[in-house]
Amino acid sequence: MAERVGIVAVAQTKYHPNRADVNEGELAWEVIKQVLQETGLTFCDDGNGIDSAVTCSEDFWDGRTATNNNVMSYVGAHLGVENKVTEDGINAIYCAMAQILSGHHDTVLVVCHMKESQADKSLVENAAMDAIFMRLLGMNFLTAAALQAKRLMYKYGVTVEQCAKVAVKNRRNAKNNPFAQEPMDITVEDVLSSRLLASPIRLLDTKPISDGACAMILTREEKARKLTAKPVWILGAANCYETHYLGDRDLAECDALVLAAKRAYSMAGVTNPLKELDVAEICEEHSYQELLWMEGLGFCGRGEAGRLIDAGVTQMGGQLPVNPSGGMLAGNPNHVGGMARVAEAVLQLRGEAGDRQVAGAKVALAHGVTGICGQHQCVMILGNK
Amino acid sequence: MGHRVAIVGVGQTHHRAKRPDVNMAEMVGEAVRAALADAQLRAKNVEAVFCGNMETFEGVYLPDHGMADEIGAFMRPGMKLASAGTTGSAVFAEAFNFVAAGLFRTALAIGFQKHDVGSAQAALATTVTPIWGRGASSGAIAEFAQQAQIYMRQSGAKEEHAAMVRLKADRGACRNPYAHLRLGLKSVDEVLKSGYLVWPIRLLDFCPQSCGATAAVIAVEEEAKKITRKPVWIADVVTVHQEPFRASSFGDPTGRETYSQDVAAERLYKRNGITDPRKDIDCAEVYEPSNWEEMMLYEHFHFCEKHKGWQLIEKGITEIEGEFPVNASGGVLATNPIGASPMNRIVETALQVRGDAGEHQVTRDVKTAVASALGSSNWTMLTLLKRSL
Repeated sequence: MAERVGIVAVAQTKYHPNRADVNEGELAWEVIKQVLQETGLTFCDDGNGIDSAVTCSEDFWDGRTATNNNVMSYVGAHLGVENKVTEDGINAIYCAMAQILSGHHDTVLVVCHMKESQADKSLVENAAMDAIFMRLLGMNFLTAAALQAKRLMYKYGVTVEQCAKVAVKNRRNAKNNPFAQEPMDITVEDVLSSRLLASPIRLLDTKPISDGACAMILTREEKARKLTAKPVWILGAANCYETHYLGDRDLAECDALVLAAKRAYSMAGVTNPLKELDVAEICEEHSYQELLWMEGLGFCGRGEAGRLIDAGVTQMGGQLPVNPSGGMLAGNPNHVGGMARVAEAVLQLRGEAGDRQVAGAKVALAHGVTGICGQHQCVMILGNK
Repeated sequence: MGHRVAIVGVGQTHHRAKRPDVNMAEMVGEAVRAALADAQLRAKNVEAVFCGNMETFEGVYLPDHGMADEIGAFMRPGMKLASAGTTGSAVFAEAFNFVAAGLFRTALAIGFQKHDVGSAQAALATTVTPIWGRGASSGAIAEFAQQAQIYMRQSGAKEEHAAMVRLKADRGACRNPYAHLRLGLKSVDEVLKSGYLVWPIRLLDFCPQSCGATAAVIAVEEEAKKITRKPVWIADVVTVHQEPFRASSFGDPTGRETYSQDVAAERLYKRNGITDPRKDIDCAEVYEPSNWEEMMLYEHFHFCEKHKGWQLIEKGITEIEGEFPVNASGGVLATNPIGASPMNRIVETALQVRGDAGEHQVTRDVKTAVASALGSSNWTMLTLLKRSL
């Protein structure tokens, strides 16, 4: 990249099971307001303010066609610029990055909102399934994930205990995260005795229903330095699609993630992620996913992630802490999940992560995932140097 | 500054009211294959895939995921975007950004909509706010009827003028093999005989619901020159939204409203040194859901003076053979797969710039062309294409 893009401000709401007190726009405004105040920027296209907005939300969850309408008034888009990404919010950041690197925009506001509480998760997810072969089976992302977890356990010998350890670690980490919805002190036994949702996934293996929003401001390198003493740079970013049909995939593999990670690492000059990364924030809607995605991200060989969690490599104080924030398991809405991972990575790199701070973090990885069994993967490498 | 980017291949489906022979993925695949064939590329030569539709119309969540294989996105980067009626243009704009940024050397931009599944007007009724707007929501036709009523009163345009817009659109559509409605209309009277939907909008004053998809392959300068002898350069893209809570985002009886179209045109012309649009631009494809909207767009885009749009159509200036051709393809009035409609405008202008529009190639030599998009509460996007930069 000829020029770098910097993130100059981030904000998250506290994630909550039901924000019946606000509508979608009001929820988004809570975080937009914060990043505007932090940077002192306003909306204008004279080169001194925010000249574009990329939003991320989804019609199915909002129950409204063209959900940009929910937020456009809050992102300065009256007689201004806005566009909406419908994958996970991390892709909206990627999009904003392209807008800036293209020279077409200078300073871009990115915002993602979601109120899972007001929709039926299972129905929405079922509507993503192929209509002929999969939808009529009544599948949703949870039942599909159960197939993936089973396949992972069968092929690589990952155990339910190892998955439970992820849930224990992340919910405990969440106790240090003021934005987390479900900080908990639980044990592996608690996870394994919680209600079975879709074998082998249990209640504590999966993320709760969650409402929340996340916003950030991205700008060109030179402006970023002026706006903040602690800019965070996007060193690499890439995304990738898998095929849709579960029967066409080996669900124990995650080739799209491998490819996205490879591209992002090569842009950022990362050759040994386990050594070179200081902290990783990974989207794990279910506990097994953290293990599977860790392998896809090349933190270890195939089938070895279980050993990493057993050895405590990914816990706070370990060689590569994964999800100090508590991850999605501690409560993030879909679509916001990946963007929240970037926000958390930014806080780590600014040294502003409070009790969940990884000391001296210089390079961080954020990961976002959209769709059935991780069909669409996005990886972003961030740094503070 | 970003890299120069050109359109190197375009493709569209033959638009129809119903496509029971294909599912959504297969239909979109037709446009993708057509665009790749036009660029003489294989799917593996395209580095990223961007697509978009309005997903509540078909009732498919994450539709890009279901069709990843058919659109060449398998093991490829890309994403789906959605921006109401402007979606096709928004997808194109972001693909353009990614290539201009140097993140990809080539990319596919795809717009699609399969109107024979789901219910577009029911979905459209949820565009407005659930508290203030939904009780009065009526889909698209009533909005454009209100706008047409105000326009009639303010400009003195007659229903005959609206009928002339349909005649022009139909003449274009009959010469465009991809167009949906090809009616072979002979006279204004035939249009005026069609029944009112909402006064003054008649059945033939309004766009149809079409099934279709459109795709464009774009490439960075160095690649573009290798791929084609006729690259169409993307000079600029402008996006301007308008507030949904304004009482009259489409038609304002008070005359005080600032319209996104005016702002968009002003920005585009200023940035690109266009002082006399009818001279500096050689043809336009505008997004006109109704006959009336086309006449209003002439005015908003400064193709003529305020309240004189109907005179352009009366004098035949915007005909295919006219001095300033608009919607030679038949436009949205003839063909409206919503998620693809703005992409159709871009692709049709690209064909005009290349001189490859076939029977509906305009008489004027097209070096510069503009494509517009319209969506939601009167949002506008403009894309400026050129034969050389």
